[in-house]
Amino acid sequence: MGFLHRHRGLTPYLLLAPGLLYLGVFFAVPLGFLLYQSLESGNFDVGYSFTWAWGNYWHAIRGYSSQFARSFEYAGLATVLALLFSYPLAYWIAFRGGKWRNLFLLFIVAPFFVTYLIRTLAWETILADQGPVVRFLRDIGILGSGGRLLATSVAVVAGLTYNFLPFMALPLYVSLEQIDQRLIEAAQDLYASKWKAFLRVTVPLSLPGVVAGTLLTFIPAAGDFINAELLGSTNQHMIGNVIQSKFLELIDYPAAASMSFVLMATILLGVALYARAVGTEKLTG
Amino acid sequence: MGESIVLSAVREPQTQAPPVESTPARVKTADVRLVGVTKRFDDVVAVDDLSLEIERGSFFALLGPSGCGKTTTLRMIGGFEQPTEGEIFLGDREVSGLPSYKRDVNTVFQSYALFPHLSVLENVAFGLRRRGVKGKDVQTRVRDMLRIVGLEGLEGRRPRQLSGGQQQRVALARALVNRPRVLLLDEPLGALDLKLRKQMQLELKGIQHEVGITFIHVTHDQEEAMTMADRIAVMNAGRIEQLGTPTELYETPQTAYVAGFLGVSNLIAGTVAGPDRVRLHGGPEVRVPPAALAGRSGEVAVGIRPEKIDLSGEHENRIDGRVVESAYIGVATQYVVETPCGRLIVYSQNTQPGSGPSARDHATTLSWNPESTFVVNSMEEEPK
Repeated sequence: MGFLHRHRGLTPYLLLAPGLLYLGVFFAVPLGFLLYQSLESGNFDVGYSFTWAWGNYWHAIRGYSSQFARSFEYAGLATVLALLFSYPLAYWIAFRGGKWRNLFLLFIVAPFFVTYLIRTLAWETILADQGPVVRFLRDIGILGSGGRLLATSVAVVAGLTYNFLPFMALPLYVSLEQIDQRLIEAAQDLYASKWKAFLRVTVPLSLPGVVAGTLLTFIPAAGDFINAELLGSTNQHMIGNVIQSKFLELIDYPAAASMSFVLMATILLGVALYARAVGTEKLTG
Repeated sequence: MGESIVLSAVREPQTQAPPVESTPARVKTADVRLVGVTKRFDDVVAVDDLSLEIERGSFFALLGPSGCGKTTTLRMIGGFEQPTEGEIFLGDREVSGLPSYKRDVNTVFQSYALFPHLSVLENVAFGLRRRGVKGKDVQTRVRDMLRIVGLEGLEGRRPRQLSGGQQQRVALARALVNRPRVLLLDEPLGALDLKLRKQMQLELKGIQHEVGITFIHVTHDQEEAMTMADRIAVMNAGRIEQLGTPTELYETPQTAYVAGFLGVSNLIAGTVAGPDRVRLHGGPEVRVPPAALAGRSGEVAVGIRPEKIDLSGEHENRIDGRVVESAYIGVATQYVVETPCGRLIVYSQNTQPGSGPSARDHATTLSWNPESTFVVNSMEEEPK
């Protein structure tokens, strides 16, 4: 205690130290190593050596532009769909849930009790060609006799939406729940109909939740490979699938590392532009 | 702002003699009319068969303790609650059943309820924009209103960058800029400190004179109601206990409840002994105005305000006593005097330094003018 008393100014740094240490060892160091790897050249048989091989990046962008584009397209679609599903859901729980609110929130989080991979595997079974859903859709004629759900972009986007929905719904709920209902009353007092009051007061005040939710959904969805792997085919492969196979199957570390950096940089740039467009004030509330 | 008080006194001359009825038929044009309004929440009756007319351009106060139904009454006028029974009229138009956004009424909320995501300018412009007022007109009207409430130059601020008093003014401007038929104020000064509250009371009164809109003000603070309102309805258990000008309510309360709610009063139990006489229990017979007795007989309570009692035997009604306690409070000295009828409180104005008796146990004769006496039913209970 004596030491801390004499050096009060050190306290914040001491409190920060464990977190910074962890971040340094388990994030900054591996990231640095990944950057190093992304500039290596060679192959698995002869080994890799560091040669400032910037060509890896060029190759990653040129060779896999369609997978990059698909990643952002699917992640974007899943984010928009998750927002459309979550907003009414979160709104209803926040304002109409009454004493059952916590139970409804538990329902949203409930899928997390089962592993992500298992849940997606379950969807693979449910949507399988011989499964009940496809059979039913064929029977009522929505799908043709050879029509499938698996190996379509619909299945992949639906899987992404389903898997990341809680990341959208929970921040939305938090921001909606904080809205003072007296503000809605005030808006109606000032000649705003219920719909106008929603548009002019509820929506702007829930924007921090929308921003947090879209980021929490879009960022992991853009790097996801499980959904495309299990619910899609190579035609639905996202950049995550390519990185995964380069790392684990083809053992082409420089290519995988450079793609990871391109993905990371693109997402960072996107987030920066998004934050700028909606205003950083919205992020902090 | 002091002149507005004078103006109100000129505009609303108060009768010298205590009126017989405290609810005279002075209502000219009713701006707000409630007819037999009842509001029940499940089994609780919040407002009980209430009828009321509020004159156009007046400053009206609903006064009472929490739970007396004053806020529910206000919310029904505003359209935030619908009456279980009865009708509400704004002017000639029946509005019961209409939602708040279809009523020509604006509210200053107790919590202000300013929109945190909008600037002061956009907060004040909110109602105008909803009504389709465009561009330049909005700017002009908002700026004019901000000038009236003394907030020019703060248009760009967010509510959280303002002090409590400034937020209160924004809330007022936001409601008044729409020039509603009626402005509702729900304990608008409750969150302010005492000094600011006193200042805002006078300012509100002044603003009401300037804009000429009917104000309905809900408060539990009798001093606030008396400072601002032309007429006050004292509410108790969902009903109006008494309605009148501040002077009427103070000088001639009709019930012990009203007498106790507005200021301090001495109530002495007694028996009616003649058309203008009451024998005090344990004490002498006193004279009261016949009008105050209003035909009562049997057991009553005689009321005298502390400042109406003299510590000398100059007036007709007299009672002997002994000073038990005295406290110097600046403008007056407050005495507690033990009498055969119980302890009475006396306020003696300090017109000359050291004029009154200061010693305890000082024997004295209290006296008061019969005209300063009011009478209420004895069975009634005082609040608190």
